[in-house]
Amino acid sequence: MPEELLSRSFDLHSHDFDKAGEISTEIKGMLKELGIDSQVIRRVVVVCFEAEMNVVMYADEGTLTFVLTDEDINIEIADCGPGIADVDQALEEGWSTATDEMREMGFGFGMGLPNIRRNSDSFDLRSKVGVGTTVTSTIRLDGLG
Amino acid sequence: MRLEEIAAKLGCETLSAVDHDIDVDAVVASDGMSEILAFHRPHALMLTGLTNIQSVRTAVVADVCALIYVRGKRPDAKVLALAGEHGIPVLATPRGMFESCGILYEAGLEGVM
Ligand SMILES: Nc1ncnc2c1ncn2[C@@H]1O[C@H](COP(=O)(O)OP(=O)(O)OP(=O)(O)O)[C@@H](O)[C@H]1O
Ligand SMILES: [Mg+2]
Repeated sequence: MPEELLSRSFDLHSHDFDKAGEISTEIKGMLKELGIDSQVIRRVVVVCFEAEMNVVMYADEGTLTFVLTDEDINIEIADCGPGIADVDQALEEGWSTATDEMREMGFGFGMGLPNIRRNSDSFDLRSKVGVGTTVTSTIRLDGLG
Repeated sequence: MRLEEIAAKLGCETLSAVDHDIDVDAVVASDGMSEILAFHRPHALMLTGLTNIQSVRTAVVADVCALIYVRGKRPDAKVLALAGEHGIPVLATPRGMFESCGILYEAGLEGVM
């Protein structure tokens, strides 16, 4: 079993565009201080940022849980919200239900979930319509995933 | 190419402290934040027409070396302050995205892939 070194949990609030992305920035600073490889940091932070933005844009509220072990980093973003009816479609590059307002802010290119998947060594997306969505991502520290 | 040269070519105004020693070899240009994050090359120069707080957060996440706002757009003070906190130089050019990219491409810079 990998040894757990650090675990943190953050609350995510919907529609708070001003604060959206703050947690990812905080995680970046924390990983830098821990001396984690910069490539690994970048992947982790892209995963966190995209997932954070999705909760802010589409869900009601959520939690980001971050666990560092001696082998990898595990990120879980779980939200209460509308959920996703067709998970495979949501994972397609370019598919988006973003509003015009979100598009004007630079989002809604349908690339967030594909970015999360691409940066993960292991990835899972589960969703239940009317209940919520959970994204889990694992990124290995040795970059050999 | 040095950031200073790029700034001169694009007629940029400096909005926050610029370290002229920055050497740029690649550019990522988009108004889509997730599109910028789809590329993996760190320390690229980021060009965008969006000046909200998320543009700087994206720049931080993407590990860019500097941020240039096109079409003469300017971010507000809060956005500039965040860039400052993260040591990201911010410039603004009156030129549009197409022209800015054309000028930099002509000058030998590559796009990130
Ligand atoms: N947490 C979520 N809750 C409900 N729906 C979601 C959630 N995350 C994603 N979706 C749905 O999946 C679609 C695709 O998400 P994805 O992050 O790939 O793209 P986007 O958010 O639309 O655009 P981008 O991420 O490029 O800004 C979204 O438009 C939305 O319909
Ligand atoms: Mg998204």
